[in-house]
Amino acid sequence: MRLELVKRPQQSVLFSALSPFIAFALMVVAGGLIFLALGKDPVDGLYAYFIGPLTEVWSLHELAIKAAPLILIAVGLSVCFLSSNWNIGAEGQFTIGAIVGSAIPLYFPDLQNAAVLPMMLVCGAIGGAAWAAIPAILKARFNTNEILTSLMLVYVAQLILDWLVRGPWRDPAAMSFPQAPAFHSWAIVPELMPMSGRANWGIVFAVIAAIAVWFMLARTLKGFEVKVIGQSPRAGRFGGFSTARTIVFAFLVSGALAGLAGIVEVSGAIGRLQPQISPGYGFAAIIVAFLGRLNPLGIVAAGFVLALSYLGGEAAQIEIGVTDKTVRAFQGMLLFFVLACDTLIHYRVRLVRPAPAAAPAAGPTPATEAAHGHG
Amino acid sequence: MRGLTKVFGTLRACDGVDLDIARGEIHALLGENGAGKSTLVKMLFGSLEPNAGEIRWNGEAVRIGSPSEARRLGIGMVFQHFSLFEALTAAENIALSLDARTPISTIAAKAQALSYSYGLPLDPYALVGDLSVGERQRIEIIRCLLQTPQLIILDEPTSVLTPQEADKLFETLERLRSEGKSILYISHRLEEVKRMCDRATVLRHGKVVGHCDPRQETASSLARMMVGSEVHAVVRTADTTGSADVLLRVDRLSRPPATPFSIPLRDVSLEVRAGEVIGIAGVAGNGQGEFFEAISGEVLQDRADAVTIRGKGAGREGITGRRRMGAAFVPEERLGHGAAPAMKLSENLLLSRHATDPGVYVGALGVIRHAAIAATAKRINQMMDVRKSAEDPAANALSGGNLQKFIIGRELDRQPAVMVVNQPTWGVDAGAAARIRQSLIELARSGSAVLVISQDLDELFEISDRIAVMHNGELSTPMSRAEATFEKVGLLMGGAEPGHVHHHDPAEVA
Repeated sequence: MRLELVKRPQQSVLFSALSPFIAFALMVVAGGLIFLALGKDPVDGLYAYFIGPLTEVWSLHELAIKAAPLILIAVGLSVCFLSSNWNIGAEGQFTIGAIVGSAIPLYFPDLQNAAVLPMMLVCGAIGGAAWAAIPAILKARFNTNEILTSLMLVYVAQLILDWLVRGPWRDPAAMSFPQAPAFHSWAIVPELMPMSGRANWGIVFAVIAAIAVWFMLARTLKGFEVKVIGQSPRAGRFGGFSTARTIVFAFLVSGALAGLAGIVEVSGAIGRLQPQISPGYGFAAIIVAFLGRLNPLGIVAAGFVLALSYLGGEAAQIEIGVTDKTVRAFQGMLLFFVLACDTLIHYRVRLVRPAPAAAPAAGPTPATEAAHGHG
Repeated sequence: MRGLTKVFGTLRACDGVDLDIARGEIHALLGENGAGKSTLVKMLFGSLEPNAGEIRWNGEAVRIGSPSEARRLGIGMVFQHFSLFEALTAAENIALSLDARTPISTIAAKAQALSYSYGLPLDPYALVGDLSVGERQRIEIIRCLLQTPQLIILDEPTSVLTPQEADKLFETLERLRSEGKSILYISHRLEEVKRMCDRATVLRHGKVVGHCDPRQETASSLARMMVGSEVHAVVRTADTTGSADVLLRVDRLSRPPATPFSIPLRDVSLEVRAGEVIGIAGVAGNGQGEFFEAISGEVLQDRADAVTIRGKGAGREGITGRRRMGAAFVPEERLGHGAAPAMKLSENLLLSRHATDPGVYVGALGVIRHAAIAATAKRINQMMDVRKSAEDPAANALSGGNLQKFIIGRELDRQPAVMVVNQPTWGVDAGAAARIRQSLIELARSGSAVLVISQDLDELFEISDRIAVMHNGELSTPMSRAEATFEKVGLLMGGAEPGHVHHHDPAEVA
């Protein structure tokens, strides 16, 4: 007895649209079971996780802060994934973007005017794009596997950050704490509504990026090129599009957006460079991208869902005393269910019984004589 | 077979099909593409399960659940598309399909003995990658015969053979028949069915429309049964080009093999003049695909003058540049090369037209003009009579013939000065094929240069003004339609030295 996946002749439009919601529901059910297994009340746990954070204004601000980098990165990843470039190194591009953007206030501390922040944002984007260009060029020129190269560069980026904040960029005034000096006020991404909470312009950038990339993908020849090359590279080449150019383009866009997310995060939410600047946004954004069906507008919604899982995780730690690892578990389950739902939209599962060769009913012809059965 | 039915969704691919195959007969299964031939055969060979009806084998009802059960019953099949590993030897490929753990040397000896006794000589230790398509087919046939089947199913076996190779195959089939084996022969080549087959069953839209003795029928009466209506004969007006301008010139084009198993192009030269159709014949896999890629600009040349389009060197231009010079291209593969399978027809229109009509389909900032594209797509669909289930379906939702009509229409709509088509009607039903051929002739007569690469000799003789043959990456000197015969072309396809055919074309000698 074995299972086989059989391709469906037609995919249901209804279930394609419902798939992210079904996946979310399944995650909630599985999450409830996990709380039960941990000996916690599943209703309390799920409330703390998914409802509690939405009941207070300051917490909605926090949601926007966490959603911004997720959306920015995932929007870029959608360009990569649609062109079949599996960039899973956004965490590294995020980190390098944060470092390069931070270099402006750290190296030019006397430069204090309205130009500083835009320069930082641009440098952050350039830094992220440059880091993403490494796996892109390796793939375009030498056909290396971008999954490996982009992932490995994440750890390189994190070690560079670690070295900088413990070494050359350490704040001498911070005793022996491994952190860079705090940014001056011109180098900070302003808050949107300082009266009610901390949310900054990052979420606005994220929504603008989502709309711009949506327009590019849906309405322009460049977006068409990205999708054709991703779906059917040979047809794309027949159309006169270059695979290598598309690889580089997709990585540069996603690297730039991840780098922008990085500099917005350190100059907005954190305020300085430190060894830990991301709770895994670059990886969680992969989930956001797929949960949003690789559509930048869907990604905006998906970004808030994942942001909620971070906030809820923190709340659940405090209120019902589960470890912070549950966040990862919830996110992992969500990705698993999204991919499983998508698979079931395209395939149906068939149970295959063993070939009746072994069954006596097949007749007197023994298997060993199969080749000569009727000779 | 009695009342065999297979339903896919709402489509009845096979609807109550009855078919008897007697011992020692060659039974033809005829039908257009999509008539249900493949579905029927797949049920017989155990790859599909019928929804209704029964299969009786030697008088007993049987349920065939898998190809291995079919083989055990004594049903063997030679597929149209071979499943061979190029990097393995013939004997190793055969061994892979046998269940028993017989040593390779035994298999090789058996295969060799069998191949000689059936007049299909085969070196069991040759690498498949080095063999011609005809020889590869022999491996498939030997592999099938090693399982001593009673019924052999052959799916379009001659579509990849030269006329001489096909003759050889027919001798083998007659020998098998004389040994009392049955053969189910699927083909849409009516002449060979008339020549060989004892009985024929014709399918249309999944139903049997007639059993007949093909020897009593004419090719056109068989075609009428298949299509259900009269197929319009292609009208070819006399070629009046004489000394018209050369619109496409290929000059000593060479290309090293891209992969260990692809064919290098060697010094290919050719001129196509305004107003003429030139056909390139050849057995599949003799460099036609490589030649097409080189002409289309998907692969660039070292010299700009290796390919000249309307007098300008195009060898260093990519496919977009060559399109802008006035050329249009239709590749062999429809899905995945000529069209992106999951994309809509309108998007596939954009695929090859985005750069050729400046400002029409793509506006400022690269914004796509959907309305203009939809209007053109509609025009093409009307012109070519593309039948589709929705307003703008995905390419892979169309039948092969309708998609091909769309892809050809997409290029014709531009009125290209140079049109290069690889296998224009491969797997296309008779009605659509006639329409496509007629439109290519009309394009030439309106003053364009048309180059058609095809494995179908009937097609080339129907539409070409001159015919050249590609063999092993070399191109013979084109023969005029008047001098070309099936025999001459067939010999060149089989590898007779190019240039040994009589011709009087001073331009080519120069």
